[in-house]
Amino acid sequence: MEIPKIIGAGLVVIGAGIGIGRIGGSAMDAIARQPEATGKIQTAMLIAAALIEGIGFAALFAVN
Amino acid sequence: MVISKKPLQFIIAALVACLPLLSIANPTVDTVKVATEAAHNVEAKEHGREAETANLTEEQKADLERKAHIKHHLMDSHDFTLFTYGKEGEKHFGFPLPVILLDNGVHVFSSSKFEHGGGVAESNGNYYKINHHNGLVYRTDAEGNFTEDAKGHVTNVKPLDLSITKSILMILIVAAMMFLLFSGLGKSYKKNGSIATGAGRFFEPIVLYIRDDIAIPNIGEKHYKKYMSFLLTIFFFIWFLNMFGLTPLGVNITGNLAITASLALITYLITTFTAKKDYWGHIFWMPGVPVPMKFILAPIELLGTIIKPFSLMIRLYANMVAGHIVLMSLIALMYTFNSPIGSPLSFFLAFVLSLLEILVALLQAYIFTMLAALYFGAAVEEHHHDEHHEAAHH
Repeated sequence: MEIPKIIGAGLVVIGAGIGIGRIGGSAMDAIARQPEATGKIQTAMLIAAALIEGIGFAALFAVN
Repeated sequence: MVISKKPLQFIIAALVACLPLLSIANPTVDTVKVATEAAHNVEAKEHGREAETANLTEEQKADLERKAHIKHHLMDSHDFTLFTYGKEGEKHFGFPLPVILLDNGVHVFSSSKFEHGGGVAESNGNYYKINHHNGLVYRTDAEGNFTEDAKGHVTNVKPLDLSITKSILMILIVAAMMFLLFSGLGKSYKKNGSIATGAGRFFEPIVLYIRDDIAIPNIGEKHYKKYMSFLLTIFFFIWFLNMFGLTPLGVNITGNLAITASLALITYLITTFTAKKDYWGHIFWMPGVPVPMKFILAPIELLGTIIKPFSLMIRLYANMVAGHIVLMSLIALMYTFNSPIGSPLSFFLAFVLSLLEILVALLQAYIFTMLAALYFGAAVEEHHHDEHHEAAHH
């Protein structure tokens, strides 16, 4: 039971990593296009990243 | 003046960043092999696992020791030990804390009776001992023996533990600190004609940021005032506790599931009890979707209200625990390498990570406050769906 669990957690973490990476990248693009909206974009970025991060941690938590 | 302040700021930042090194580089993970081996053998016998550990090499044993040390650091403890020294870690520098147990009456005694986990404390005819594995207090016989079932769970009677532990002491200190700081700040505004002085110059922009950039955009002009006190309290509470976690006091409070759970529970209760009609309407009878979908969405939305505070709890806990584990593992690198390269490498990595942890300490407080404000905002939001409906139908 141990190994499938670990692989599953790894997959979730990869997914979360891709997700947060895409959020960061898109936020960079958006800031480059509209530097005056930097504050709002950053806030939205952090919230979205935090939500995804929660799922990643939940997976690690389940393995533990 | 301005120029001379810059190096000072840098030095202070550097000192703060170095503090975790002091707190965690305890000599229990020493390269004095004889001492660690002796200590480890005693421990192994206690656990009745001689057979398992006999086959391990010295490196694997040292590895286990490090893991045990990291695990120990993450746990709450009944005495406040700043550091341990002596060849076998037998000397402790710190002070004991009161132990309060509810077990057919109240038992109050000093945690020095536990002798840092090794001793059996006697109180009104009952004997208590701290279990080595989970750090909890159990009632034992006079010799301090634990009984275990087949799965290794302790079957001793567990009294209700209301002790002032290390975490609780730090929470009380932070609470007192915040009370004095912010009530003093509040008074100083009256005296100086609404101009911040002293520490207020540092805290005023933060308070204003929480009001103008977290509370008002998420909750709305109309309702934000009644939530401000909670948002400010939770922000500074989490931030200060996170920062204390980076000091040599060696506390790990926000990395304790019970504490993040209670913070999340308070958020959940406030959301639930201040929610307006529209909030419940959106949960049980989602407007704007076909009727069969409403029945499917209701349980999902209801579950969502519980998942939201749950994710708040896990996020803060996991972030802080992960930070502490990584930091301690980097420091343990110097014992793993056991060569002249190891120490500078470990120091450099730990230094950089400590700087990152200062950012994470602030960021997690911000995220918690932000999401709490978002949930409050959803609770008090007033929708105007009916107009949308009409427009959609035509």
